[in-house]
Parts: sequence; C-alpha cells; structure tokens
Amino acid sequence: MKLTGAEILCESLSRLGVRDLFGYPGGAILPVYDALGKSKLHHVLVRHEQGATHMADGYARASGGVGVAMATSGPGATNMVTGIATAMLDSSPVVCITGQVSSKVLGSDAFQEIDITGITMPITKHNVVVTKAEDIARTIREAFLIASSGRPGPVLVDITKDAQQASAEFNWEASAPKLPPKRIRNNHDQAEFDRAVEMLNTAKRPIILAGHGIMVSGAMRAFEQFVRAGNYPVAMTLLGIGCFPANEPLNLGMMGMHGEAWVNNAIQEADLLIAVGMRFDDRVTGDLRTYAKSARKIHIEIDRAEINKNVKVDAALVGDAREVLERLTPHIETRDHGVWIRHITELKGDSAVRDIQSLPDSGHLYAAHVINDLWKETRGEAIIVTDVGQHQMWEAQYYHHNQPRTLITSGGLGTMGFALPAAIGAKFAKPDSEVWVVVGDGGFQMTMSELATIVQEKINIKIAIINNGFLGMVRQWQEFFYDKRYVATPLVAPDFAALANAFGIRGERITKRAEVLPTIRSARESAETVLIDFRVEQEDSVYPMVAAGASLSDMIRRPNNPLVETATEP
Amino acid sequence: MQTLVAYVENKPGVLNRVSSLARRLAINIDSLTVGPTENEAVARMTIVAHTDERGAHRLEASLEKLVDVLLAENISTRALLERDLALIKVSADQQNRPHLMELIKVFRARVVDVAPESLIIEVSGTVDKIDGLLEVLRPFGVLEMARTGRISMTRGGDLLQPPAAPAESPEKVEAK
Repeated sequence: MKLTGAEILCESLSRLGVRDLFGYPGGAILPVYDALGKSKLHHVLVRHEQGATHMADGYARASGGVGVAMATSGPGATNMVTGIATAMLDSSPVVCITGQVSSKVLGSDAFQEIDITGITMPITKHNVVVTKAEDIARTIREAFLIASSGRPGPVLVDITKDAQQASAEFNWEASAPKLPPKRIRNNHDQAEFDRAVEMLNTAKRPIILAGHGIMVSGAMRAFEQFVRAGNYPVAMTLLGIGCFPANEPLNLGMMGMHGEAWVNNAIQEADLLIAVGMRFDDRVTGDLRTYAKSARKIHIEIDRAEINKNVKVDAALVGDAREVLERLTPHIETRDHGVWIRHITELKGDSAVRDIQSLPDSGHLYAAHVINDLWKETRGEAIIVTDVGQHQMWEAQYYHHNQPRTLITSGGLGTMGFALPAAIGAKFAKPDSEVWVVVGDGGFQMTMSELATIVQEKINIKIAIINNGFLGMVRQWQEFFYDKRYVATPLVAPDFAALANAFGIRGERITKRAEVLPTIRSARESAETVLIDFRVEQEDSVYPMVAAGASLSDMIRRPNNPLVETATEP
Repeated sequence: MQTLVAYVENKPGVLNRVSSLARRLAINIDSLTVGPTENEAVARMTIVAHTDERGAHRLEASLEKLVDVLLAENISTRALLERDLALIKVSADQQNRPHLMELIKVFRARVVDVAPESLIIEVSGTVDKIDGLLEVLRPFGVLEMARTGRISMTRGGDLLQPPAAPAESPEKVEAK
C-alpha cells in the first residue's frame, strides 16, 4: 500500500496505540497535520510547544505508556527544549516529533530551519533526522521502543518536509525496529548478589530508599513483598512517592532536603541503605561526606552509569527493579527490626507539635492547610500534578498518596510551569480520574495560557493556586541565606479568579481556613474545570530544610512558636 | 589517564554523540581515534581520557547507553598494545643531516620526504617512544607535526569484538 510519509507517520502512531497527541502546527509539519485530520488520532492544540512536551510527559507519567508531542521546525522545536529536558531528568518516555525543512535545503539556514537534533543531543535519550518516507515507520517504532525500554527517556524524531510529502510503500511487518546490536552484559555476578543477601540478613538498622524506578519497572507488588519479607522501613524520594502506600505503617515519608526530620535522621543512623530505583540526587543526600556514614549500601538500579556516581555502594545489583527484588525476596531470613522501628517512631518526637496542622485557626491561611484539606477531601485518591517550589514540597509532605502514578511532578530539572500542562496530559491519560493542579503563583504565570487548551478541549481538571505573592522557595532561601534581602521575589499577579473567568472558567478566591473545605467540595462537584486562588500566608517556609550542601543531620526546623505571621489582609 | 575502546555504528553524528558525552561529563579527552573495522557498518574508537577509574566507569556506562554505541569498555588495567603514529617535519641542512639520520635509525623511525631544508620523519610506537624522539629532534627545529592519537588493543586471547546483529529488536510498548 502506497502512502505519503505523513500518512505513514499517523498510521504508525495509531498502530503503536497512540490515541491523543499534543502539538502545534506550522509550515514544516503541515503535511502531517493534513494527514492527522484524516486519521483517528486526537490532536490537542496547545498554546505553546513547551506545553505540548509537558502534556506528553504528564500523559506518560500518569499512564505508564509513551506520550507524544509534535511541533514544527525552528521555534516550534526550540520551544520544546525545556519539556524534553524535564522528561530526560525524570526518565519519562516521551516521543517528540518535529517537522524539518526539506532535505534539499538542510544546512542552508532556510526559513525556520534549526539543528534541533544537535540542540537536543544531550537532553534526549536518542534523536534522529528522517529524510526518507520509507524510513518513517521503522524510525517511529524504534523511537517508541527506545523511549519506553530500559531507563526510559525522551526521543526526538525530526522529519523533513519532503519525507512527509513523498510516497512510499507502507508495510508494518517489514518495518520492525532494527536497533544496533548491543553487547549483553551480565548485570551483576553471583558474588555481588550473595553479598547483598548477606547484608540484608545481618543488618540491624536497615532502611529502604525507594525511588521512581519502582514505578517505572512496575515493581510495586514485588516491592511490597520485599518490604514485608524484611519488615523494612521505607523512605521515599520525591518521585518515589506512591510506590508504596502512605498509609502503611512502614512508610516513613519523604527523605532529603525537605524530608521529614525522622526520615533523614533514620537514614543517618541506619546500618544498611537499600536503594531501589533511585540515584542519590544531591537533594536527597545533602553533603556526601557526612551521608549515612555508618551504613553499608545496596544499590538496585537499571542504569550502570548511576552506580557509584554520587555514593559509593557495597553491592550494586544492576537490573530491572522488579526482577532484582523478586530474586532477592526469597533469600530474606531476618525480619526482626522491631527495636529499630520503635526507635524511628521515637525519632518522630516533637514533629507533631511543630506541625502546622496543630495550630489553632488564627485567621491566617497556610498552604499546608489547603493541601491537608485537599488530601482529606479527595481521600488521597486524586492525581495531583504539582509545579516546582514550596507548594511542591508541602504537597509531598501533606498529601498522602496510596497509589503509584498519582503524584506527577518535575523532580530532577525542577521545571516551573510544568503543572498545568502536565495535568492536561494526565487527564487525557486518565479521563476518569480526578486531576488536581497544585501550583504556585509564579509557576502558574509561566504556562497559564494553557487554560485556553482546557477550555477548547472541554476537559475537567481542578486548579489550586497556592498564592503567596512571592517566588516562595527563592524567597525562603533569601530569608535563610541572604539576610532577608528579597530581590526579585515579590511577585505581582493578575486576579486569577477574574483571569479564569476571562477564559470561561469558574474562578474562586479563598482567604480563610474555614472556606477551604467547602470550596474544594464545591469544585469537585462541578463537571467543569474550576480554578481556586488560595491567598496563603506570604512568608511561610517549608520545614524541615537541609541547606544545599549541608549534612542531612543538620536540619533547619520549624520554630516551635509563635509562628511569624505576615499575611496582608486582602 | 584511562583508555577505553568503543565499537560504534559507522554513520554520521556518532562521533559527535561520543565527544559531546565526554564534554557533558566534564571529562577531557586526550586523544580519540576512529577507524573502520572489518565490518563496514561498525567503527572502532580508542578514547584516551584524563580521568580516574570512577570517571572511566561513568564514561563507559554512559557510552553504552547511547543507541549507536555497541560496546564500550575501559581497558586501562588490561595487558595492552598501544600505538601512536606521528609525522614530524624537522629542519635539516647539509651539516646536521647525518646526525639526524643517526637518531632516526636509533628510534626505528623512517624518512618519508626529503626537501633541501627539511625532512619528514614517520614514527610509530608507544606515546613514550614518540615523545622521546620528539625530545631529541627539538634542537634541530620541529617545523610541523601531526599525530594520530593512540590506538589500543588488548593482548593475546583477550578479545574485544562487536556484538553480532540480532534478527530483530523485541518490541514492547505497554503500560506498567
């Protein structure tokens, strides 16, 4: 069957199981858009190509499948860069398809020509230029395979306009992926495995560091069995949240820079770290010289390049988390860690008293109250998509996720502006799920044009803006480390409720703690998107905090009392 | 200094990916040579990098993550044969020419071009040997030099071969 390159692309995407894709048309991708119109694929028109990549990313993270973003050449492609880097740093399987000028004029600085494969080389898992129609089907299949296999990541396929227009024979069977032959490595030898088993069975104070890899590997069951077999307390990375239910007593919560104090202290006191699908990011370890000094370390990780990168480990089990855990669990003989677990419970100590939830209603609204109420009202069952900053950390602390893939957030790159578009993508992946955006007033203003996408697509998501009038996390750093010199962090914002109205979206503004629950409740009852502008305490900070480069033991704790209250009356 | 060997797809852009990776990891490359292998679809690289064992592990493992890299291996601690080739243009007049020829003989180098005012000397061997020759030639006046950079091979039965092409890559794209 003869088809144009553009038709082959659409047909290939359909056969790979794609329903929805996110993009923005332009000259060099127009043949594909013409073919899209005749296909069964649903194209979501975004307002900026960065949004398209975040949507594809959100789609991938919510579904576990591959997300697809599309853009034209030149500025369309360069606008994708931040979204691609976001997906790269968080190992998210995204396939980006860009149009390119005709192969005959490649390299001539033609209108809207840019070397996007050159630009994205360090931020993609792989990228490729296609100049022939007959190569499109195989290349797209390879792109999906690369994006979703091993440690996932974004793949960019740049297709010249003449390749889209030319006709070629379409034969799905003959266009199977043909990737270069790779050496099959022995992931780890038996001695390494035995050493890990020996460590597991002799540890007195073990703790698991659970990361995103558990979700990526689909290892939740295997992980749960492993945890129960060894009765191990579990600390989670930000992206690991959801891999193990928050309501499990063995789940301690998040570790790291804004991790709970008892979690960080437990890590520092442990005699064995069992790291699963995580990469010892600096936000997790703090100062490496003082990190978990008395602990031996087992690292279960699919990416060999992560072994001994930041933290030197005693046993490295390279491989898929599920496979490694399933092999390990039958060898666990020791599970009596009662003394250690009781000790960790004691470490919780005064945390509850310091918790902002324990404060009586003083007329001031704290972000933590909003997130805690949101958690209670949605019974922890919503998909929460957060942006980057204080609200992100408060969400991680106060919204307790019991299911995997229900927290979607930009971890590694820390991309402000991620939440709103990623939530749109998540909603397309999980149309029957309740999706909430939790976003700051800074990050929201970066990509708020996607409100129009929501309206055009008639989708139903709920948006909670944690509005403190500051770039809050940066302000917090200025408060702690720059003597409260608030340079470029006070932030003017539009009236978000009125802005929502202008887009045709219901908007609310909340200033009192008592109004939070009823407003969340009424927003949930609506079948349409609702935006709520929560005017929260302006100069509240996220506690505890480990300063960048400081020891994990060295946490800045929330002052006991009284809390400094600085909210301006609206 | 660490020595890595990589087998890569012999196609445009692969050298860029490899060198760009080293740049991203902030590893300085001392020399990088690429040449064809007996299989025309595959090229072989020898990478000599200013880094320690840990950096070499990271480079090796990261290289293997590149789709176009078939195999990468740090061979620094193995029994190696290494060769560098240099062309050295040195100024030579009637008087010092015999002395030069003497040195060239000692180093088992050879003269590959003769001009009234200069000679081109070809020498191959270890980096140390070439550096040694260069040292003694310097007083004569080295006008120009080109070096290939090092190629390395493990000795004897320690084989480093590119993996054979599989029939087809297994395709699985399913939600987890």
